[in-house]
Amino acid sequence: MSEANPAAPVVIVGAAMGGLRAAESLRRSGYTGAIRVVGDELHAPYNRPPLSKEVLATDVTHEAVAFPSRAEMGDVEWMLGVRASAVDLAARTLTTDDGNVQEWRALVIATGLRARRLDFAPIAGRHVVRSLDDAMALRAELTVGARVVVVGSGFLGCELSATASKLGCSVTIVTPSVEPMIRPLGDLVAKEMRRRLNAEGVEIFSGVTVAAINGGASVESVELSDGRVIEADVVIESVGSDCNIEWLEGSGLDLSDGVLADNAMRAVTADGRARDDVYVVGDIARFPNPMFDDVPRRIEHWNIPTDTGKRAGAVLAAHLADDGSFDDVVAKPFAPMPSFWSNQFEIKLQAYGLLGLVSDDDIRILEGDLADQVAVGYYRDDRLVGVLGVGMKAALLPYRKQIAEGGN
Amino acid sequence: MIKIEVDMNQCQHYGQCVFEAPDNFKLNDDDKLEYVAEAPDSERDNIEAAVDVCPMQAIRIVE
Repeated sequence: MSEANPAAPVVIVGAAMGGLRAAESLRRSGYTGAIRVVGDELHAPYNRPPLSKEVLATDVTHEAVAFPSRAEMGDVEWMLGVRASAVDLAARTLTTDDGNVQEWRALVIATGLRARRLDFAPIAGRHVVRSLDDAMALRAELTVGARVVVVGSGFLGCELSATASKLGCSVTIVTPSVEPMIRPLGDLVAKEMRRRLNAEGVEIFSGVTVAAINGGASVESVELSDGRVIEADVVIESVGSDCNIEWLEGSGLDLSDGVLADNAMRAVTADGRARDDVYVVGDIARFPNPMFDDVPRRIEHWNIPTDTGKRAGAVLAAHLADDGSFDDVVAKPFAPMPSFWSNQFEIKLQAYGLLGLVSDDDIRILEGDLADQVAVGYYRDDRLVGVLGVGMKAALLPYRKQIAEGGN
Repeated sequence: MIKIEVDMNQCQHYGQCVFEAPDNFKLNDDDKLEYVAEAPDSERDNIEAAVDVCPMQAIRIVE
């Protein structure tokens, strides 16, 4: 491998929240050299969660969701509307889909996820919600009286159902799961969520998949695996996501689920070596979190791009400074608290930790009443690893502290 | 002195800021956010972290 060219920029691939936070962190950590951010969307970084909630219910504009630009970011170069197509870790180059080959001094991988699609022919009325453009396209079709079928019952699907319902659409959820949000929340809470969503007028067809999407110029109906047919004007597909790793194939990195990183967010090669000049941030990063154990996991929670971006920026800045601080910075504890929230109608969910680590037998009500306000604990080996509040916030804080301290 | 502004129309009282800058942000007994609009310069890193973690991006440092 050749020596890195110190005149080449740090190239951050992915211009969403994780890439932004990595760039900011490099600057705050004292790196003054060139930074270039390459992203396939034309929009400057913006906040995604409102796209399924507040913003979708009103006017969808970039201004409403754009992250503020900080003064120290003034000389960062943004190369937007360009997609990474290949990387050479030995030559330290990045190839983009416009044919350009650019040299980098260090690389930050922040290409995130994309919405998975159902495998049916394209037809007007089919939607996903991942990007601002997706949300704009969907918003135009959520008119009063529109018949909406939401495929999938994760948080995103349930939020979109609530938002569409509040806009006056009639909403049906179609899901292969037994209960909505059952994978993260567990059976006990998921059953209660079904009751509440039903009470708000959302119909849920569970244990079924979509067999066909029928229509002429646009969607007219959705045919289910059990033969039922639901009339529909709009189909929203919220059936999970895939990692944007195609551009990294053949690079030598471990791509077995996202991109493997160590606790310093350094990318790890297939033969198990961490690269001091290649970092991974955001929900594409599979990294170990000592708050729980040493198992590397991808965490698709909103706070993770910020936490991992800051960590990667600080470690990379120390590497580039070459002032002897690197080992100390790497050794600093990094154990970000996963957190998420979800608003559906008046149901306000908030959680800390990793609820999905736990089996149904280890979910216990900590405080309150499941049918009203409740705090639910998720235990692994008798240690608290997750807490969920329904309509409870401040009451969760002692449990959050307990999780951070190892769950005892 | 740092001046802080929270857009209370945006704020959904998630309380993420409370962990980053507990001297300036807290959730009251009704789970609503309360905040102190001024902070000493020594708190800048914490306030900026609070700005970053706000899910609604409702917090702003007034420069």
